[in-house]
Amino acid sequence: MPKKIYDSPAAALNGLLHDGMTIAVGGFGLCGIPEQLIIALRDSGTKNLTAISNNAGIDEWGLGLLLKTRQIRRMVSSYVGENAEFERQYMAGELELEFNPQGTLAERLRAGGAGIAGFFTKTGVGTIVAEGKEIREFDGEAYVFERGIRTDLSLVKAWRADPSGNLVFRKTARNFNPMVATAGRACVAEVEEIVPLGSLDPDQIHTPGIFVDRIVQTVSEKRIEQRTTNPG
Amino acid sequence: MPLDRNQIAKRAAQELKDGFYVNLGIGMPTLVANYVPVGMEVWLQSENGLLGMGAFPKDSEVDADLINAGKQTVTGVAGHSFFSSADSFGMIRGGHIDLAILGAMELSEEGDIANWMIPGKLVKGMGGAMDLVAGVKRVVVMMEHVNKKGEPKIIPRCTLPLTGRRCIDLVITELCVLEMDKHQRRFILKELAPGITTEEVLAKTTAEILVPATVGEVAL
Repeated sequence: MPKKIYDSPAAALNGLLHDGMTIAVGGFGLCGIPEQLIIALRDSGTKNLTAISNNAGIDEWGLGLLLKTRQIRRMVSSYVGENAEFERQYMAGELELEFNPQGTLAERLRAGGAGIAGFFTKTGVGTIVAEGKEIREFDGEAYVFERGIRTDLSLVKAWRADPSGNLVFRKTARNFNPMVATAGRACVAEVEEIVPLGSLDPDQIHTPGIFVDRIVQTVSEKRIEQRTTNPG
Repeated sequence: MPLDRNQIAKRAAQELKDGFYVNLGIGMPTLVANYVPVGMEVWLQSENGLLGMGAFPKDSEVDADLINAGKQTVTGVAGHSFFSSADSFGMIRGGHIDLAILGAMELSEEGDIANWMIPGKLVKGMGGAMDLVAGVKRVVVMMEHVNKKGEPKIIPRCTLPLTGRRCIDLVITELCVLEMDKHQRRFILKELAPGITTEEVLAKTTAEILVPATVGEVAL
């Protein structure tokens, strides 16, 4: 069996990076982001990146680290409200930005990974999102055509993996990760634990190993954006 | 007396029905969760991949892997489920969610909504808002009737980039409740807050709205 397990985030990315590439990154806010792979990507110095990710991290964590070093030229996201540096670079014209509705972004990644060139959705009809795109009527309602997304590389975060690359996500840290995993021509997964082959329940695997090329076990910091608690 | 934020939320909670699947927007709409009638089963969906959202966790139960769409740490109620963003928006875009309650910056007289962007000023993104207004069966807006400068927010045509066209079913503000009449494509003044007059609503609304002969009072 080809070896999918790598010793470090840097080793897991070795040979997969080039300037100007497109990378899809899993996560929602700081939840379920491949945080150590992002740090390794920063340290690699790869630049002129197009990053496709629901959010852009915060100034000091997640994709915010790559914005700070100006390694990202273009972002495709649905919401970037937590990142002041992002807003500054965008307003100054230093960063290209394409906003996608969150469901459209998830579906574009899912479609791309499934070999579907595009799809029609009602989301965004009559808004600037639909400008320049084909509109078609189905059953009396207008739909806009959106393209599937394929990327050079996918970076995901999972809870558990086995050596064949099967992945299990944990709670809401699943979010965009399953679709992102399928959209890349190569996919690297950062995981909290690698368990022996055969020990994951086949009924409970979220992402089958066929979608995952490399895995690396890391210790995640798992930062929290809004720690809200109930005293009662 | 105009309604306060909690009273607006309480009025919005009257739109809930037993067994509903509901998505509450970030900010004021989250208050609606406090007013779900006792004994009513309502499933709160959080678009990052949680159905059956519960209260904030105790300090000892905080889990970085369990957050809501506002990135706040939360819990799940008995029977909650987790799923991917694609499945989550399948629920939303597929018309499986019964009710969405959102905030708004502007509404047009035809029920268009703008709530995601102020050109040259606010660059945050639409998140899931465009999907929600396009796909959810019934969309309710709760908001202040005028903006911080005192200018009407319910206007003939939105000036800000739209989130969706002709998609709002009900509006609840501190002054009144407006319901969309789909045939006439105008909001009808349905209820007034206690002590608020039709004249005051009309003075603070530049959109054309329909005023029936008798208008009820918001009952809380």
